[in-house]
Amino acid sequence: MSGNVTSHSEFGHGDPAAGFAKADKVVERSFKTAATHQGYIEPHAAVASVTTDGKADLWCCTQGHFFVRTLCAGMMGMEASQLRVTPSEIGGGFGGKTTVFIEPVALMLSRKAGRPVKVVMTRDEVFRATGPTVSTSIDVKIGMTKDGRITAGEAYLRYSGGAFPCGTIDMGGQAAFAAYDLEHVRTYGWNVLTNRPKEAAYRAPGAPQAIYAVESVVDELCLALKLDPLDVRLKNAAKKGTKSSYGPTFPDIGLVATLEAAKKHPHYTAPLAEGQARGLSCGFWFNFGGNTCVSLNVNTDGTVGITEGNPDIGGSRASVSLMAAEELGIPYEQIRTIVADTNSLGYNDVTDGSRVTFAVGLATIKAARDAVRKMCLRAAKIWDIDEEAVEWKDGAAVPAGPNAGRFPPMTLAEIAADSFATGGPIAGHHEVNVDGAGVSFGVHLVDVEVDRDTGATKVLRYTIFQDAGKAVHPDYVEGQMQGGAVQGIGWALNEEYIYGRDGRLQNAGFLDYRIPVASDLPPIETVILEIPNPGHPYGVRGVGETPIVPPLAAISNAVSRAIGTRMCELPMSPPRILKAIGTTA
Amino acid sequence: MVKVQLWGSLRSAADGRTEVEVEAKNFRQLLDGLRAAHPGLAPQIERGVSMSLNGVIYREAWFTEIPPDAEVVLMPYMTGG
Repeated sequence: MSGNVTSHSEFGHGDPAAGFAKADKVVERSFKTAATHQGYIEPHAAVASVTTDGKADLWCCTQGHFFVRTLCAGMMGMEASQLRVTPSEIGGGFGGKTTVFIEPVALMLSRKAGRPVKVVMTRDEVFRATGPTVSTSIDVKIGMTKDGRITAGEAYLRYSGGAFPCGTIDMGGQAAFAAYDLEHVRTYGWNVLTNRPKEAAYRAPGAPQAIYAVESVVDELCLALKLDPLDVRLKNAAKKGTKSSYGPTFPDIGLVATLEAAKKHPHYTAPLAEGQARGLSCGFWFNFGGNTCVSLNVNTDGTVGITEGNPDIGGSRASVSLMAAEELGIPYEQIRTIVADTNSLGYNDVTDGSRVTFAVGLATIKAARDAVRKMCLRAAKIWDIDEEAVEWKDGAAVPAGPNAGRFPPMTLAEIAADSFATGGPIAGHHEVNVDGAGVSFGVHLVDVEVDRDTGATKVLRYTIFQDAGKAVHPDYVEGQMQGGAVQGIGWALNEEYIYGRDGRLQNAGFLDYRIPVASDLPPIETVILEIPNPGHPYGVRGVGETPIVPPLAAISNAVSRAIGTRMCELPMSPPRILKAIGTTA
Repeated sequence: MVKVQLWGSLRSAADGRTEVEVEAKNFRQLLDGLRAAHPGLAPQIERGVSMSLNGVIYREAWFTEIPPDAEVVLMPYMTGG
């Protein structure tokens, strides 16, 4: 292996060669995707203050201030307890704020200057100095029978992580064929060092590119064999009991339900005008849980304060408050959830992996149950009955049955008001490393129209189907789904790092790095399915990353059908479209 | 004995096999057993691994019990964005 290959991975099972021999049609294609930036609106910013007694405070925009503390304390030679990191309200992260850039610089300058130091990146610096996603080169080979059964799949994935090693290739290799129930499947992946900016995570890191390539070849096979692309995906869909392409056997998953919902939706059979075409793609992400701490304080006026440690990048504080309200039986409006600094809670993993509503929500539910247990104990003492004879119902302690005695319900507010006299302040806590996140699938359906004179693609209609397990706050779930789709649309159509002959980045600004704006987009309809995740008390699954996975292939498949030529490189910017259809502007 | 499925690129560190057996009742014992029986796996275990137990993925969970006949799959350490 070449010296600039930093990691290699291989996943899969069966014998692809034997599977290809059973196919009626085999398609083999090569794809390329460009490096794209996460495109958060807020640039990186940090304020550091190191005092002469060796203590330090750091305020920064980050997806994970505990991780920032770990890295910066190490670089500064400080003990963790002496560095307090407070996350600011974040203006977007999407994976790109899961590491440090300017934070240790601000701290070190402050230590030297003996004054607070503020460092803010310009937009130009954000593009040049913070990580885009990997650029890729991928070969995919898939065999299919005339009736649409996939007999084998194989992919060779080469990811460029810039000038430093990265492990993103592992995720791409595992995700590539995850949507399919395959007897023979294999992926081979390499991460390669190149003279480019260091890669940083970007929503479902590694998966969109791999699944784009696989879903493009599946679409080409459907066209060649004159098969309905949704029927083919249903015929081959991974389901409970499927041995996944990356090893584990799937428990309950929602892919078939999302495909069936797409098939029934009016979008799938809506008429298309001449020059318009429809594309679709499946998407997948693993999700995970991780280290999480929650404190829930019952105030003496009957309101509740929740302290958690994960920067809110998608409405998670609202979801956390809703779950606490459900457990405690009090109105949502009486609860406030805040994100605390590193000295106020135990360690919390970074806000990534679509983990926060799932993991912080689980810890909140357990913290609320801890507080409820303590409030039932206070009521038992007031009533002079056994703790076991009290239960929590509709926001109040009540006798558990007729034998417990006859007492009127004692509300949370009443118990809280007397708390100083009954044993002191009441709080619930839960600290855990959460597992059982449950994987997530989605299906995207898109109609496009390609202007054959300019090469511009217009997205006409877009519908997302995704399994959320349980949508605690449906508006925020919808927001995650729409936001992921929009970023994927940008990736598919326009976004790329463009380098000049001198090797310098040419488009380090939003004028030349073209992300989609509202006027580029149609209303994006969402269909939220709820197949409960058994690993969460309410069935929650992470939803934040899966929706960026399908747009690349869904739009590429639609564009390819519209122009009658298979597109194999992203972005499908107007010059590439014009080249593909053989015209010039 | 627990049967542990390895991903393909670990084959060279496990005598050419993608499924190995170790004596273990929980994940910590399983990782210790893998290191002892196949020292070539140790660097990857140190870099980080996840475990799938009957389809549920765990990142760090030493004391998760492994029931008899469970499906155990060693996976790269999960990361996200």
